[in-house]
Amino acid sequence: MTMEVSRKTASRRDYAAPLVGLGTLIAFLAIVETLIRVGLLNRFIIPPPSEIIGSFGRLFLEENIVHRFFFTAGECLVAGVMVAVSGIAIGVVMQRFSLLQRACETWVAAFASAPLVLTYPLFMVIFGRNAWTIIMMGFLSALPPVILKTIEGISGTRKVLINVGRSFKLTATQQFWKILFPAALPTIFVGIRLGLIFALINIVGTEFLINFGGLGQLINDLAERYDLAGTYAAICFVILVSVLFFMTLEKAERWLRPVD
Amino acid sequence: MTQAVAPADAILVADDIIVRFDTAEGPITAVDNISFKVRPGEFLSIIGPSGCGKSTLFNVLGGLLENYQGTVNVAGETIAGPHKSIGMVFQEESTFPWRTVTDNVAFPLELVGMPKSKRIDRARHFIKLVGLDGFDNRYPGELSGGMRQRVSLARTLASEPKILLMDEPFAALDEQTRLLLGDKVLQIQQELKQTTLLITHNITEAVQMSDRILVMTYRPGKVKRIFDIDLPRPRTSEIVGSETFGRYVAQIWNDLREEANRGMLDEEKYALEHERAL
Repeated sequence: MTMEVSRKTASRRDYAAPLVGLGTLIAFLAIVETLIRVGLLNRFIIPPPSEIIGSFGRLFLEENIVHRFFFTAGECLVAGVMVAVSGIAIGVVMQRFSLLQRACETWVAAFASAPLVLTYPLFMVIFGRNAWTIIMMGFLSALPPVILKTIEGISGTRKVLINVGRSFKLTATQQFWKILFPAALPTIFVGIRLGLIFALINIVGTEFLINFGGLGQLINDLAERYDLAGTYAAICFVILVSVLFFMTLEKAERWLRPVD
Repeated sequence: MTQAVAPADAILVADDIIVRFDTAEGPITAVDNISFKVRPGEFLSIIGPSGCGKSTLFNVLGGLLENYQGTVNVAGETIAGPHKSIGMVFQEESTFPWRTVTDNVAFPLELVGMPKSKRIDRARHFIKLVGLDGFDNRYPGELSGGMRQRVSLARTLASEPKILLMDEPFAALDEQTRLLLGDKVLQIQQELKQTTLLITHNITEAVQMSDRILVMTYRPGKVKRIFDIDLPRPRTSEIVGSETFGRYVAQIWNDLREEANRGMLDEEKYALEHERAL
């Protein structure tokens, strides 16, 4: 009986935070709707939330948003694979050669905070107005966090684990694959998660700037048509995709390291 | 106090081990002319105050330290670097958090290329031996500190070393767990007739388990005395209450007290000098 009561209390506690979050969002939207309706906010700058919600159906039926979503997701996937392979490899090499690490780590960190999206004209010249320019923008912006977190993860491997490997006479390759890499994996995954978020932002941003591809181009098109409700609905869709993306990555991380 | 071990009978011979380190305060000798021999199947404990070079000696014997003078000979072979005959259990928690208990224990078997089904069976044998059956598929994060140390012990035993070398494996555990784990180690050691070297600063633990105890001096670490522990086997932690046990503890503490005092005074002196320098 007591256990049942405590289970019910726990489950109520589990739902409390998402419900409060949802309630806050609904209250916020209701306030914005009211302010627009009474004329305190200009409806030609911010469309009423009810109109934005109403535009979602149109995005699916008329604007082909599902196809655009898969286009952007494909670009993210290619950039993600490229960044995971090369970011980890560069991080490993930099960690292995301390001179290289000391020489370049600051540069990589500086790159992480630089507005790399501004380099898109360069990639337009190299690749033209196509998906590769967008993928390269995503790849470039995602690279620094993966490199930095790979270095941090491998350097942070506990000495005793390395000594266990030495006591079992592991070769350098075995030491890397059986101890250093799995020990560093949670930290590397933080880098990949950050990197992929940066990649998504930059991919959608570049699609918007060069008016090509998936969701970014859709936002650009709707804005140019002055379809404000549609533009805001598309932006909301991108935010929802980001949230979903983040949650999937979190789940993948937990799957890779079930118990720490 | 002790009978000399003839080299032909010895499975491990440490001869004139000297370890020096360069520090900011100048070179220090951590281990000075340490020589001893271990018989097959023997349980030898090395005891000394903090800072006497016990862990340095552990690293030398395990082949993890390269810059030292003297030789370590295992089963007639002079070692240079880690040796397959020596299995090490470390003071710090050393299980692999990304592997289950079974996969942790099967680790050395995986390295020698044993087929998966065979190595899982073998790992289960050692998991049972350390009393962790039923926890095979748990991750270290789901286990207590004592259980994790048992996983480390099982992993080392799975490599079937000729000599089990342990560096204060129970140092981070509470007294009750320590005594019970001591029982477990004794039981395993007696069952496998496993030659064991235990580095410790705990006199009770050393007397409970050992055939001989080597007492080290405070810095530089030298052999002060080697005690034969003539207590009946098989032993359990119940022996802690016996009169003979108490006598051994008192004798060893008499030898160790002087060294521990030197260590404490040295640390105080260092702290004062450091304070003045600031």
